[in-house]
Amino acid sequence: MSSDETILTDAGDAVEFCGLSLAHPVINGSGTFDAIAARRAFGPALERDFPFAAFVSKTITLSPRAGNPPPRLWETPGGLINSIGLPNKGLHAYIAEDLPRLAELGVPLITNVMGSSAEEFSALVSACDERSEIAAIELNVSCPNVETGLDIGADPKQLKQVVGAARASTRKPLIVKLTPNTANVPACAAAAQEGGADAVSLINTLRAMALSPGGERGRRPWLGGSTGGLSGPALRAVALAQVVGVAARVSIPIVGMGGVQRASHARDLLDAGATLVAVGTESFRDPAAAARVAAGLRAGRRSEAVFPTA
Amino acid sequence: MSQWSAAPAPFHRRLLTVLGIDELGAYRVLRVADVETPEPRPGQFAMIAAAERWGGGEDERPYLPRAFSIARRRVGESHFLLEDVGPGTRRLCELREGDGMWALGPLGKGFAPPRPRHRAILVGGGVGIAPLAILQDALEAEAATDVTVLLGFRDGARAQGAALLHGAQVATDDGSVGHHGLLTELLSKELYEDSRAEVYACGPAPMLEAVRAMCATRDVPAQLALEAGMACGFGACYGCAVPKRGGGYLRVCVDGPVVDAAELDRVSEHAGAPS
Repeated sequence: MSSDETILTDAGDAVEFCGLSLAHPVINGSGTFDAIAARRAFGPALERDFPFAAFVSKTITLSPRAGNPPPRLWETPGGLINSIGLPNKGLHAYIAEDLPRLAELGVPLITNVMGSSAEEFSALVSACDERSEIAAIELNVSCPNVETGLDIGADPKQLKQVVGAARASTRKPLIVKLTPNTANVPACAAAAQEGGADAVSLINTLRAMALSPGGERGRRPWLGGSTGGLSGPALRAVALAQVVGVAARVSIPIVGMGGVQRASHARDLLDAGATLVAVGTESFRDPAAAARVAAGLRAGRRSEAVFPTA
Repeated sequence: MSQWSAAPAPFHRRLLTVLGIDELGAYRVLRVADVETPEPRPGQFAMIAAAERWGGGEDERPYLPRAFSIARRRVGESHFLLEDVGPGTRRLCELREGDGMWALGPLGKGFAPPRPRHRAILVGGGVGIAPLAILQDALEAEAATDVTVLLGFRDGARAQGAALLHGAQVATDDGSVGHHGLLTELLSKELYEDSRAEVYACGPAPMLEAVRAMCATRDVPAQLALEAGMACGFGACYGCAVPKRGGGYLRVCVDGPVVDAAELDRVSEHAGAPS
């Protein structure tokens, strides 16, 4: 291959997403990659070979959270239930301590935030709006409303109100991370769009549970947080169905995720209507997994160009 | 000092080739060809998985790689100590010469060298003796430290694992080998005779907690190698949390696995090796 072709091909990987130019369509799922801890483990190779075209932070809340008591993990057939409990140092420390370091990654930074009311979301988004290091904001709406007790993201009416409040607080691209734990995901996606979202991302983890192996005190929930979220290849087919359903309902771009391990899985989500795909749990098994997926997508596109399929 | 420094791990999992698997009583020593891995610090670990048939075992597991202390380095080889306790370890025990194995590492914080003029007492229980073998190698390479090795096992078949180290005093729960009783009884005697020591411990959570409490009472510094279920090994999943002194949690993978005993109020029941 000549160098001219290489340039053309590499340029062909670039994706436009909510006004951001990304080198390729593969990013990380929120909470599945800690770039600051990874820098300690892997050294400068992390930045040199950074596998994601944009980096999504773990969920940030207004106040610090310690997270759930252990145990926090349970392995399932082809998957993982986690009950981590969104540990984070809180908005203020995130901005002061983490943001300067995340800005060094050299890719657009998407900050994921979660509140339990429209006011909290508004405060989080306003603070992010002031930071030039943050390219876009993702709303984690898989959280009970502090007043109603209902999951904000599970109810289109509440969701539209919360997204509207966030929308009024920023001009940066706003992504809504939809919950899969609701009867009508496309209706929630439509509500997010009506509230002013620039994109939706799905799927978040499926609510799941494991019981302790047993013992004298009887069988209790294994996870310290009682229930957790299922991720990994076990939910790949669910993700595909939900992306198809949401793509049929909204016109804004979609970030598809759920069990992506290989380029063919990413290709499925892209062909189903996603603009970007996120790699999550597979990064636990191999921190360079997303680079493998992106390279596979690139190679697949090349071979399609040479051998078009009907 | 090269034995005690830690270079960053390669930023991807690597496919290694199994050289052999040796029986050691109830345990297996898995040897893999490994020329690229940066020299680990004693106490560091790797996330490992069989390259083939990882999944589809009992309960359609395993799925995630498993965290193992690097038990020993030889020229071009890494060794891991296995005990069949579940679907992941069972599959790893089946590996044979020529099979492929994924490895990510070395990861985590390892042991720190002992304070000057302090004797090193290595205290290991069950399969938790693994990181003490590479630690003994490193301490002996420096030849400046007296090393005492105390190992405890449930029974005679497991006590054969003591051969991974040398010069060990052994305790067994059933009295079939060595001292009939608890490992901490041996430790108590050692500290009574000479308390100017630094304790290095790895093993089941109750053993680690007993060691921690004894060392705290006698004001003896202790480094504890913890274990916890983890999905990633490099700080991404936040699954391996153990409570730390003063509230909040440590991540065993990046804040450990070796922690100063003073960082903990007590060793959590979920923070030890299989017993």
